[in-house]
Amino acid sequence: MVAATPEPSAAGRAGSTRAGAGAIVAHGLVKHYGEVRALDGIDLDVPEGTVMALLGPNGAGKTTAVRIFTTLLEPDSGHATVAGLDVVHDADAVRRTIGMSGQNAAVDEYLTGRENLDMIGNLYHLGKAASRARADELLERFDLVDAANRVVKTYSGGMRRRLDLAGSLVANPRVLFLDEPTTGLDPRSRLGMWDVIEELVGGGTTLLLTTQYLEEADRLADAIVVIDHGKVIARGTSDELKSQIGGERLELTVSSASELAATVDILRKVGVGEPTTEEKAHSAGVAVEGGSAVLIEALRQLDAAGVVVQDVGIRRPTLDDVFLALTGHAAEEAGEAAAAKKRGRRGDKGESS
Amino acid sequence: MSVLTQAAADGMVVARRNLIKVKRVPDLLIFTTIQPVMFVLLFAYVFGGAIHPKGVNYREFLMAGIFTQTVAFGSAITAIGLADDLQKGIIDRFRSLPMARSAVLVGRTTSDLVNNLIVMVVMSLCGLLVGWRIHRSVGYALLGYIVIFAFAFAMSWVSATIGLSVSSVEVAQSAGFIWLFPVSFLSNAFVPTSQLTRFLRPIADWNPMSSVVASARELFGNKGTEKLSTAWSMHHPVVTALGWSLLLLLIFIPLSVRKYRAAATR
Repeated sequence: MVAATPEPSAAGRAGSTRAGAGAIVAHGLVKHYGEVRALDGIDLDVPEGTVMALLGPNGAGKTTAVRIFTTLLEPDSGHATVAGLDVVHDADAVRRTIGMSGQNAAVDEYLTGRENLDMIGNLYHLGKAASRARADELLERFDLVDAANRVVKTYSGGMRRRLDLAGSLVANPRVLFLDEPTTGLDPRSRLGMWDVIEELVGGGTTLLLTTQYLEEADRLADAIVVIDHGKVIARGTSDELKSQIGGERLELTVSSASELAATVDILRKVGVGEPTTEEKAHSAGVAVEGGSAVLIEALRQLDAAGVVVQDVGIRRPTLDDVFLALTGHAAEEAGEAAAAKKRGRRGDKGESS
Repeated sequence: MSVLTQAAADGMVVARRNLIKVKRVPDLLIFTTIQPVMFVLLFAYVFGGAIHPKGVNYREFLMAGIFTQTVAFGSAITAIGLADDLQKGIIDRFRSLPMARSAVLVGRTTSDLVNNLIVMVVMSLCGLLVGWRIHRSVGYALLGYIVIFAFAFAMSWVSATIGLSVSSVEVAQSAGFIWLFPVSFLSNAFVPTSQLTRFLRPIADWNPMSSVVASARELFGNKGTEKLSTAWSMHHPVVTALGWSLLLLLIFIPLSVRKYRAAATR
């Protein structure tokens, strides 16, 4: 699966595509569903062979963006290209280039795993023999050989997801879109899915995935774009995003709550700003500059003061902190609110394009 | 491969997929057959005594009506099947593939036609049991069935448009059926249109369903009461029936394909 650059003719047709441009590019994508602005001017650029995570709560516009890239929806304004091909004007060529796995595993329950893959191969016009061979190859790769001749109705959630992902890979796509690939999976299946995806992108496929799980974006993506209410609110690598909301914190736990007062005094001296404490957990923390040198200095002073330190570390902010800082609300909360809104507008969503 | 053969090939892949489901979940087919069998028994033995078209053997009269009603109601399955695929995201998967835009609909209407073929075999046997007979040559009888299946296929495309327009499988289940009641009862299927009130009579005479029923009666050699009507459609039922089916196809094939292009998972 070697990543190839788009053919010049295709790139030429797409107009705005520059040489060396990304495998997935969007400029000012806007999409309305009735009153709701699902996408409010999104710009994206995913370089060939890299993984981008579109991170945001439910209803942020992630799925809408994927639906535009995969030719399922046309944007109200703005434009997008995949492998240099315009998603509106070259939709058929785009479909030959991409693989997509949607939010719910779109596999046929009454077909066997093999029949599902074989059908997709036929619809890609691979030819009978090649289609069957490809199905066998994918069943092997996704550890579904034993279940290959069972109807999908009998599959677990994780197996269905793997089969759905296998389905998106039937035609060896150069560009892959995965919409919330692990939503609804148990933790073990999620880890398995991550391994599969990592192996896949190791082969050079360009991947855009959406997720509500900060951890997932952190682990799988080269670059992260955070969206909320249809707008990009931050972008960068996971490390860049974390450093956007400030530096490191020194956090420690002492053996009893009575030692907290002395601890806070020392933290105030070594850190910047006011230390925070949690009485119940006997823990305290403070923002610091200088990393491990500060850590050593703090420990020296605490030792001198006779405080018993049980746990200590320099902690960098997590993506959860980033999300909270960027949106002013936690990811989960936002999800609930957006989900409620989504339910409210379901009625007028039917005829959306 | 040309565009057309490609579309046909893709359609057959989808049709095969749908038929595998019929094979693996035969309940659906069984229940769609039970309903018309029930109608045959109810009309032949319960209402039949009360409905007395003059000079007509009611059970012979009834079967063409039941056949046509059966395929009309059978078309609702198209709406349910498509709404189900839409709800499960399978239409999204199909729409992201480089396959013909009409293939999912061609496949669905084709597999539903096969469904109807199976149901019609059962219904014909059921008719023979209650005393219905074909009195004309094999050629005419065959043409009779062709008129019925052309209508079935056309109705399937109407149903496809409904299935892609409603918001869920549950809605498809009632929206796909409900309009078929007036269509099938405001016709000559169960009572002669001459027994209807004056203002309903022209509606029933020109109902596409009536022309299919009248064609079947004529071609099977079952005595009907159509000739009592003054409407042109009742004197030229075969042309009228095939004309209606063609018109429905011309309207609903492009309409449903347009719906499909814009279909979104709900």
